[in-house]
Amino acid sequence: MKLVLSALLCGLLIGLGLVTSGMADPAKVLGFLDLLGQWDPTLAFVMGGGLCVYLPLYHLIVKPRQAPVLALSFQLPSKTKTEKRLIMGAATFGIGWGMSGICPGPAMTNLSGGQTGIFLFVIAMLVGMILTNKVSDLVTNK
Amino acid sequence: MAVNFIQAFMGGALIGLGAIVLMLLNGRVAGISGIINGAFSQFSKQNFWRWSFLAGLVAAPFLTSPFGYNLPTSLPINGITLVVAGLIVGIGTQLGSGCTSGHGICGIGRLSKRSIVATMVFMLSAFVTVAITQHML
Repeated sequence: MKLVLSALLCGLLIGLGLVTSGMADPAKVLGFLDLLGQWDPTLAFVMGGGLCVYLPLYHLIVKPRQAPVLALSFQLPSKTKTEKRLIMGAATFGIGWGMSGICPGPAMTNLSGGQTGIFLFVIAMLVGMILTNKVSDLVTNK
Repeated sequence: MAVNFIQAFMGGALIGLGAIVLMLLNGRVAGISGIINGAFSQFSKQNFWRWSFLAGLVAAPFLTSPFGYNLPTSLPINGITLVVAGLIVGIGTQLGSGCTSGHGICGIGRLSKRSIVATMVFMLSAFVTVAITQHML
């Protein structure tokens, strides 16, 4: 139960950050990604602000701990190599992000605005995720 | 303009705070694409935290609108492009094990080499995509 409540709090905090920073506005994101047009560098400060909090607190408070406060262990990604799949995936994600100005967090936060286009985006994103997992299961189980 | 920079920085700091609290309390990476995928891949008790995290993300605008921070009321992209882009984002985030939050904040925050590379690649790819769609098509 505690894990569920703390996750709710974290989702809220991140959602508040997405709305107040401008990240939840696809037009603003496209302005940031448009280097050749009237480039709007504002959103670079979102990542800057996020890292100014996450990076020092991770290394000073989280890393020295054996376990998280409410769970038995930290669940960190086990992969360390930068394989072809990672590069291809990141490049693919960048294309979709550049086409729409929407990445997964802002897509979720915009759902409460009730716009049809966002629902289309999220449903298509879920289909893309499920298909990718099915295909990658087939490939690895061969 | 300077006000916008400060707002963006403070908003980013809130994102970083939410993400580090999730790591400190739950021991989880706040990678939103991963949490969405996990939430929909199986319905189990172990998954409740993912659903409640997503509920927080969706509910946040109701808390900000009394303070004048609202969601955009229109999107600059048409429906077909949104469907294609959504599909591509879904595929890319699963192949690449993450999106802007998981790689860009949590991964770089842990100084993970994979995340630093992934973030550089998806930023570059997004810059090139926008250059093509806004200036060449």
